[in-house]
Order: sequence, then C-alpha cells, then structure tokens
Amino acid sequence: MSLQVTTAEKSAGAPQLNQRSFNLHRHDKWVALAFLGPSLIILGVFVFYPMLRTLYLSLFLTNNVGRPTVFVGLKNYTSLLMSSAYRASLQATAVYVVGVVGLTLVLGLLLAQMAVRKLAGIQWIRTIFSATMGVSVSVAAIFWLFIFSPTVGLFDQIGALLHLPVVQWLTTPGPAMIAVVISTVWMNLGFTFLILFGALQMVPRSLYETAAIEGATATYQFIHVTIPMISPTLFFTSTVTLIGAFKSFGLIDLMTAGGPNNATNLMVYQVYRDAFLNGNYGLASAESVILAVVIALLTLLQFKFLEKRVTY
Amino acid sequence: MTKRFRLLLRYLVLLLLAIIILGPFILGFWASLLPTADIAKGALWSTHVSLANYVAAVQQTAILRYLMNSLIISTVTMLAQLFFCSLGAYAFVFLSFKGRNTWFYLILATMMLPFEAEVIPNFMTVRHLNLLNHYAVMVIPFLTSAFGIFMLRQAFRQIPLELKEAADVEGLSHWQFYWRVTLPYARISLFTLAAYSFLESWNQYLWPMLTTFSDKFRPVQDGLRQLQSQETFNNWGMIQASAVIVVVPTLLVLFIGQHYFKNGLNEGATK
Repeated sequence: MSLQVTTAEKSAGAPQLNQRSFNLHRHDKWVALAFLGPSLIILGVFVFYPMLRTLYLSLFLTNNVGRPTVFVGLKNYTSLLMSSAYRASLQATAVYVVGVVGLTLVLGLLLAQMAVRKLAGIQWIRTIFSATMGVSVSVAAIFWLFIFSPTVGLFDQIGALLHLPVVQWLTTPGPAMIAVVISTVWMNLGFTFLILFGALQMVPRSLYETAAIEGATATYQFIHVTIPMISPTLFFTSTVTLIGAFKSFGLIDLMTAGGPNNATNLMVYQVYRDAFLNGNYGLASAESVILAVVIALLTLLQFKFLEKRVTY
Repeated sequence: MTKRFRLLLRYLVLLLLAIIILGPFILGFWASLLPTADIAKGALWSTHVSLANYVAAVQQTAILRYLMNSLIISTVTMLAQLFFCSLGAYAFVFLSFKGRNTWFYLILATMMLPFEAEVIPNFMTVRHLNLLNHYAVMVIPFLTSAFGIFMLRQAFRQIPLELKEAADVEGLSHWQFYWRVTLPYARISLFTLAAYSFLESWNQYLWPMLTTFSDKFRPVQDGLRQLQSQETFNNWGMIQASAVIVVVPTLLVLFIGQHYFKNGLNEGATK
C-alpha cells in the first residue's frame, strides 16, 4: 500500500496546466535539459519503452529468450480469451478484488468509526489500528501462513476444540482464496483506517448535533450524515485499494503460488508464470497489456475524481 | 441501557478489534519464542520459551544481510528520487522551454502504467545491460518517479512569485534558487516523498525476485521468501523469528514517526 494517496489527495490534485507566468529567461533550454534529462531518460527506458515493447511483443510468438519470431497479429489475445485457464485467472482476480475491496472498506470504516469518539486511552487504540501500515508483504504472508497452516495453525486449533474437521486452508481451492483475501485485507487495514479516520474527523460535529435534535438514530446518522460527508474519501480509498488488489503478487507467491489448482492464480501471477516459468513471452505480453489497460482505466477514474475535488 | 454500560460495551468492542488486528503479530511473536518441535505438535501453550530461534536466525540465515541490502537499496533510491524528482519538478515550474506542457502530460501519463505489466521488457533491458544480480538493478529503474515529479511540482507552485523575482534581481542562478530557496521551502513535501519512496522500495517483491539470485544483494522481502522456501520441513520458530526481526524496525519507525508524520501531512494539506 502506499502513501501516494494521502499526498496526492491532499497537497496535489489533478492534471492541470501551470497557468502562472514568470518573467522567464529566454535561454532556459539547456538548463531544462540538464534538470529534466535524467528523469526523462529513466522514464523513457523503464516506463515508455517497455510499454511499447510489451504491446509489440504481444503481437508475436517469441523464442525462449523473448525475441519475437513469428508475427501473429491478435492471435495471442484471441487465444487468451478462448483459454479456459485464462478466463479462470480473470475470474479468480475478480473474486479476489471484490473480496479485498469490500472487506477492506467495511472493516476500515468500522475501525475508523469506532476510534473517532474521544475516550480515555483512544490514542493507543488508534495506533494499534494503524499498525499494519508497518507490515511488508513478506512479513504479512509469513504470519498468516502460520495461522492458516493445517493442524498447528490457529484456525485449525480452534476448529479442533469445536470438533470440526481439519481444513487444509492453503491446499483447498475455496479456503485458499479466503485465506489470501483475509491476509490482504489485514495488510491493507492500517492504511485504510488512517485515511478514513482522517475523513471522519473532518465531519463537522454540528451536523450530528442537529440530526440528534431532530431525533435521528445512530444508524440513520451514519447513513445520512457520515457516508455522504466522507464519500469522496471512500471513493478515493476504494480506487486505491482496487488498483492495489489488481497488482497483488507477493502475498500470492508466498502463500499459495497461484494454487491450489490455479484457484488463486491472479492476473500478475499469470504473467509471471507464462513469461518467467514457461518462457511464453508473447502470450505473457498480451496478458500484461490487458492488465495495464485495466489499471490505466482505474487510474484515469481516480485522476478525474481528484481533478473534481481540487476545484471544490 | 445506562450510559456506563454503553461505555463499557464500546471499550469491549474496541479491545476485541485491537486484539484481532494485533493477533497475527502476537501469534507470530509467540511462535518465534517456542521450539519448532513444540509448534509442530500443535503445543502452542508450551512453556519452553527462549530466544533460541532468534540466535538461529541470525547465525544460520542471511537475515541481517538481507536487512542491510534493503537498507542500502531503499536509502539510495530515496535520495535519488528526492534529487531527480525535485530537479524535474523545478523545470516544470520555473523554466521555460518548448513543449513544457506536453512533456508534463507525458510524464503524468506514465503514472497510469503499472510496473507489473512492464516487467518483461524491463527484465530483458537489465539483462542486456548486464545489471542482473546487483544493487544497481534494484535502484536504476527507480531513480526517478512520475508521481514524485508530479507531487513536487504541485508543492513548488506554492512558492510565491516574488521570491523568484527577487532572486532574479539578485542574480541567483537556477541552481542556486533551486538549492537555497525551492528545496527548503518545500521540505514537508520532500519529507513525504522520502517516506513514500523509501517504503515503496522496501516493499518491492516481484522485481528483486526476478533480478537477484544471491544473498549478497537480495533485499529483505525476497530474503524472507528464500528462507520460507528453503525450510522444507517447516522450521516455524525460526521463520517467525525472522519475520519479527524484519517487522520490528518498521513498526518502531511507524510509531515514533506517526506523530511527526501526521503533522507533516496536515501542514501539507492546509497549504
């Protein structure tokens, strides 16, 4: 997860032209080249070029070191859409993304709502709620691998107390998906909590007081005051979580390696497999393009929204 | 319901939520203190508590080396991004050159492209440049960032026009104005970018996994992956100890830094 959001949301804004006019020097060309050159080279080599190259490769068959051999047009794409394995990967991604975004938002909102009221010791609670921000993907995976491990893990130990059968969490398709969703949500919560908590604090107290005088219940206040007031932040948090979920790789790699039986074989994992394990770079490039389009659209949506916010 | 009962209920719910959030930390930490033999039997209430797993992790694995590698990679990446992003942002705010807006939009557009979808050509590029399995491979692609340029440009635009005019009258060069006025003025945004770029680099997983093959250069995320895959017989105690060793520094930084960080963000927001 990233801090990108906070800063982009708060201090920045959207694509907007610099309208200020300076008493600019006439001969800035070389200074500009020196200042901007390094960034342009790096972005050119590692962002622009690879995008075009990925598009290009996606139209070819490749040899085992990734050199294009035979031009096949859109065949990689059509074969992907026909392939039941790829459709299963898309489906798994959809389930994962919906689960992660839904649970992260609901739980993040619950934590934020519970922590917003001033109580003795609440500062401790707030610190704890934001703690998973300090957890990297490998650490999260290792903690949860232990919790989900068969027989010795927490869930199976509780299950044993209740005389439930042992669940092979990470080696049974359904439970494996549940396990990676739970782990991802846990990892996301600290950040989501902080953002939503910040938004809740900004809601004017007077709105609740007025609502209370008019006899509105807590639930009514939550639905008709809180939610509308923080809806920009909610939207923003959901796009960030959504984009993050589409990019998930580390947790999947460590916990299930895309298995069992491809049940957690998400889009990025599929790219990794086809390119770096199967050496099928053309096909993997087509998969990359599809992934890039999805994420680009989501990012555009986010930009649009930020732009609107800035002009408020 | 009386008021007092409601308050008690609220505290109970808060406590329960806190335990759920802390649960994985507590379990991992507890397991890291137990002998693996006890964990394997499912005897989590074992009383054989010791630091043996930590000693084993430090002595038998490269965990400290992984941490140092990550520290080096993340620090260099952070410093480079602060430097190159601020230079780029300066150009977009204070310099006039042909196609300034076009260049800016081009850079902005790259923020939409996920690195995950570009790993195939990037891998081939670094292989071609002979950068594989070295610190450089984990730093060079991230020397700058579109997001950093974008964010600092927004910050630099807050700098009063009069300052630049005064500097021009004084005969300050662009470099002098950049170094003496722009950077100090935007220090809060720079601090935010520093935290962001450090964390982003620290959390990298896929790219180092593809490009590093030895403990000498492997950063900590992939180091943990390495330990996890090597321990075929599930040495739970030592794995959990390694994870705790990795998470404690970041948690400490988070807790200590939270106060300052929040202030920084707020200040940035009200500007």
